Amino acid sequence: MRIFGLNRRIIRVLLGSQYAHMLEYRAEIALWALSGVLPFIMLSVWSGSDARSGLGLDGVALDRYFLSAFLVRQFSVVWVVYAFEEDALLGRLSPYLLQPLHPLWRYVAAHLGEQLTRLPFAALIAAVFFAVRPQAFWLPSLGGFLLAWLATWLAFAIAFLFQSLIAALCFWSEKASALERLQFIPFLFLSGLLAPLTAFPPVLRVLAQWTPFPYLIDFPARILAGQPVDLLAGFGAQLAWIALLLPLVLLLWRAGVRRYSAMGA
Amino acid sequence: MIQVEGLSKIYRVAEKQPGLAGTLRHFIRRRTRDVTAVQDVSFRIEPGEMVGFLGANGAGKTTTLKMLCGLIHPSAGEVQVAGHRPQRRQAEFLRRITLVMGQKQQLLWDLPPMDSLRVNAAVYGIPDAVARRRIKELADLLELGEELTRPVRKLSLGQRMKAELLAALLHEPEVLFLDEPTLGLDVNAQARVRQFLAEYNRRTGATVLLTSHYMADITALCPRVLLIHQGRLFHDGPLEALADQLAPEREVRLELESPVSADDLAGLGRLEQLEGCDVRLLVPRDQLTAVVAQLLDRFPVRDLDVTDPPIEELIGGLFRQGRV
Repeated sequence: MRIFGLNRRIIRVLLGSQYAHMLEYRAEIALWALSGVLPFIMLSVWSGSDARSGLGLDGVALDRYFLSAFLVRQFSVVWVVYAFEEDALLGRLSPYLLQPLHPLWRYVAAHLGEQLTRLPFAALIAAVFFAVRPQAFWLPSLGGFLLAWLATWLAFAIAFLFQSLIAALCFWSEKASALERLQFIPFLFLSGLLAPLTAFPPVLRVLAQWTPFPYLIDFPARILAGQPVDLLAGFGAQLAWIALLLPLVLLLWRAGVRRYSAMGA
Repeated sequence: MIQVEGLSKIYRVAEKQPGLAGTLRHFIRRRTRDVTAVQDVSFRIEPGEMVGFLGANGAGKTTTLKMLCGLIHPSAGEVQVAGHRPQRRQAEFLRRITLVMGQKQQLLWDLPPMDSLRVNAAVYGIPDAVARRRIKELADLLELGEELTRPVRKLSLGQRMKAELLAALLHEPEVLFLDEPTLGLDVNAQARVRQFLAEYNRRTGATVLLTSHYMADITALCPRVLLIHQGRLFHDGPLEALADQLAPEREVRLELESPVSADDLAGLGRLEQLEGCDVRLLVPRDQLTAVVAQLLDRFPVRDLDVTDPPIEELIGGLFRQGRV
């Protein structure tokens, strides 16, 4: 039986081939993992700042928050708009459109394959972090870990759908990735990568919670770091964003393919 | 199997003058114009037929192929392929067709073709055992062996094209749309692909619509040809009738030991090009043997090659002479 064009065999084979594909790029992926150390830079900035008291996190809690933010970011990074843009420009999209499988599944599989390739590098960076700051070492409870894992996956789903929405604009503009860059600044500030959301003034915090950004990093990172968090509200918001974005992506995609077809593939 | 009635495609394209002023004007007031790529084309292709689709660059061949497989929506007209309207791209329709574009690839670049074949088998719901049998059969026909387990990027163009064909045919489509499947291949690889397509058609009874720049592809495979020019269909019928019109001459390329003058070559066909030691002549088919013998006899020849002139040249000549 196929759900959204997928069955277990397609999932297994697609994931296997995409993981093998990503392993060919392991050196590049290791560098990508390394380039995601912004949370550690922010940790050192906050650790040396008097403003740290405003965060409501002590030294160890701050360490754990930023390490968790790093890990969540590693497994929710999305680059579908760039891959899609390249495929559309080089004409690789046409064969995908002529197969009985929604092309977006290939990109999902590519991302998951990339995450799996990234795993050992992210673990290594975490190990180095603990070696430098042994007092920050902790093992989350199994329940906490599973909840954080789920929240990270939902964060990935939101980010993927959000960027797919932008990617679908490639059907109208060949350089839709420019729009993606436009949303990078609010993402950087409101996701919790630069500072936990508790550091923000209350008004800004409330405003941020109406955007998808805090649910991409701050929410899963807090669960992983074992900090108090409203699970129901967080997971509810994540699911609400997915429920909003999914039909939008499908609608825009369908309209885009129609236009692509009208303009010439 | 394929029914096309009054098919047309009009593109709206932006027009921009060169230079900064042109760019600014284009930015403020965008100008577009309609370009008719395909105009009122009608034909039928019966199950199992192999039909050649000829036309110069930009004649509308690829646009028509893309409309037939559902990648492009027609501006007007009706298309039915295997009982489906292609632009709806239903899964059932997609399982029955394939499109091979010589310069576009579906294989994963860094992995061996076998990985892409496994993905295709899963996507098309082909059981593992059946997929393995088909891969072996098709690989034998295409003379592919250990190439299937080498990364695609390490394969030659010919090997890659053969692997692309294998991937495109794994689900045993009933209708094949082939857009320049031998483009850029050497003579041996071209011949191998042609043999394969003929054999595939014989074995499976698949319907094939093929575009090619190489006359040899068409003559070897397609008893019937469609000729399209500036979006209009000008000929639909047996190849022989068109071949005499299209290629009454063959092209003779010579590389000589020393330069000659045009006068030296008088009476040896129509001189198309003379640059130092390089000569290009068009020679009527019935005089070819005699002219080649004379050339070898009279000049110190370093290299000699006899081919059909490029199709667009032939078709262009045909239209210039008002023979179509």
